[in-house]
Amino acid sequence: MQITVKLFATLRNNRFKIEVHEYPEGSTILQVAEALEIPKEELALTLINGISLEVDNALKDGDTLAIFPPVGGG
Amino acid sequence: MGSVLGKVLRVNLTTGVIAAEELSAELSKSFIGGRGLGGKMLTNEIAAGIDALSEENKLFFITGPLTGTSAPTGGRYMVVTKSPLNNVIASSNSGGFWGAELKFAGYDMLIVEGKAATPVYINIKDGDVEIKAADHVWGKNTNETTDMLLSEVGDHKARVANIGTAGEQLSRIACIMNDRWRAAGRSGVGAVMGSKNLKAVVVRGSGKVEAADVDKFKEHVKAAMGKIKENGVTGQGLPAYGTAVLINIINEAGILPTNNFQEGVFPHADEISGETLAEKYLKKKDPCYRCPIACGRYCEVDGVGSGGPEYETIWAFGSDCGVSDLKAIIKANNACNEIGVDTISAGATIAAAMELYQRGYVKADELAGGPELAWGNAEAVVEWVKRMGDTDGFGKKLAMGSARLTEAYGAPELSMAVKKLELPAYDPRGLMGHGLQYATSNRGGCHVRGYMISPEILGMPEKLDRFSLEGKAEWVRIFQDLTAAIDSSGLCLFTSFALGADDYANLLTAATGVDYTAADVLAAGDRAYNVERLFNMAEGYSAADDTLPKRLLDEPMPAGPTKGHVHPLDQLLPKYYEVRGWDATGVPTADKKKSLGL
Repeated sequence: MQITVKLFATLRNNRFKIEVHEYPEGSTILQVAEALEIPKEELALTLINGISLEVDNALKDGDTLAIFPPVGGG
Repeated sequence: MGSVLGKVLRVNLTTGVIAAEELSAELSKSFIGGRGLGGKMLTNEIAAGIDALSEENKLFFITGPLTGTSAPTGGRYMVVTKSPLNNVIASSNSGGFWGAELKFAGYDMLIVEGKAATPVYINIKDGDVEIKAADHVWGKNTNETTDMLLSEVGDHKARVANIGTAGEQLSRIACIMNDRWRAAGRSGVGAVMGSKNLKAVVVRGSGKVEAADVDKFKEHVKAAMGKIKENGVTGQGLPAYGTAVLINIINEAGILPTNNFQEGVFPHADEISGETLAEKYLKKKDPCYRCPIACGRYCEVDGVGSGGPEYETIWAFGSDCGVSDLKAIIKANNACNEIGVDTISAGATIAAAMELYQRGYVKADELAGGPELAWGNAEAVVEWVKRMGDTDGFGKKLAMGSARLTEAYGAPELSMAVKKLELPAYDPRGLMGHGLQYATSNRGGCHVRGYMISPEILGMPEKLDRFSLEGKAEWVRIFQDLTAAIDSSGLCLFTSFALGADDYANLLTAATGVDYTAADVLAAGDRAYNVERLFNMAEGYSAADDTLPKRLLDEPMPAGPTKGHVHPLDQLLPKYYEVRGWDATGVPTADKKKSLGL
């Protein structure tokens, strides 16, 4: 399945801002993060299609996944 | 003796009388200081119904028990007065170094009364306090005024709080700037200073602020410092990117107000994000007194540097006006610092003007050659901010804020404000708790009276479903009370990402020698909140004013992750009043007042 992955803040270092990647059906947020070599403790905020979800949630074809490390408030 | 000095400096600009008075120990204990104590003393000292810009209004510059101590972020002070924007209680918080310096000079607070016949400034050097002529700096911007007054007092280590031309012109969105680009930003407090012909307060102190229990205090400071360093937000996120890192987060959630809250997703968000700011314009971090977080930014464009821009500022001049040019946004921010105008209200008012223009209320010929108020016009946000310090024309109309501007054109529904104070950078249609907090904030549309973004977006201290109503009234009440207590303590609200009520209680107890439990701290916040509510009610405010702009209640979000949602405020308010101990019409009950000792 195809997932649009968006990375923010320090997670962009040596990776990318936004890319479309292919993952096995039923992959979870955590599995995508592992494939991108993002440590679990860096997964402060994970959104699927704009909705904040825990990392054990599964993605489906066409989803957009946004991943933020610990970030600030304003 | 402890970190509360027990001393009030009172300056009457009508009579010229300068007096040092004793602070009531009883009031100090139950209201802590800062916002709570200032609110109580202002209520005691001014009559309801006075004109906020008359000499009857008073201006409190008030610190907390932890201001000037070694506690992390212990440099905050509040400006408390009656707001000329909306007649409610104004309490605007600022950082930098000015507040700590006032304590070093020996005072917990400065109260300014009356009105000078001609422009003046107050010069405080420990016990020597003078009212001095300021005709030569009247009409100058804030940086130039700061430079001139520092030279004049002959001490470049002195600290200056002042107003720019916006405050002089009684702009209802004027702020008070200190240490060049720190602002007591909201509610038009700069206009109160201008109405008194007070251009600046210069302060220099040689004293120290000692804790009552020095060893215990050191221990609690060390513990608090450790928690701040370990926390992901205060230890990593804010230091690296400042507050601007929120642009992408809030946009991804579909609640980044765009084109005056007509939409919630801005396609150019990344171009104005904290990431882009850090990559292209950030020169250095610019921390306040004793701050381990250092979220403050210092940016340069075209060789001109200034403090900021903050997240709210980038949003206000950026997506809220449809502008994707970060360079222009920084210039608009710098112009706000120079003329002394609140960046949130200034940007949001230009956004309202752009919608007035979009809908044909404002015609091109009214703009007298100024840039077109078209969505996305970067030149417009820079130029129209600069004109907010003008004595007439469309810039002067903008400087009155979005409520007055849109009313003048017969379209008040286009002001995205609560109680006339412009809403900040989070669309409440996707944030049930945060929307309730906007509606019930005592100073009007404000995010820092109970920052529900923390649980509803950032997942701290725990993750809440942002669309759920469950438990939100209770959460808002606790957040509002804790915030009021922090605003009373002299610390920065950002410490609350890492610290809890227990930590504040420990710091306050060791600093003051007065025993505070976590429950006492929350009760002091509750007390402050109720005093503010009662102040506003005496000014004619009621439950009918606990509301949101019609657009956010009735028009579903058109697209993005928050598509289809409105804010169901009427489903939350009754529960909120109940958990606050107010009656069904939002009035604090006799029992509630009694329990708080009011």
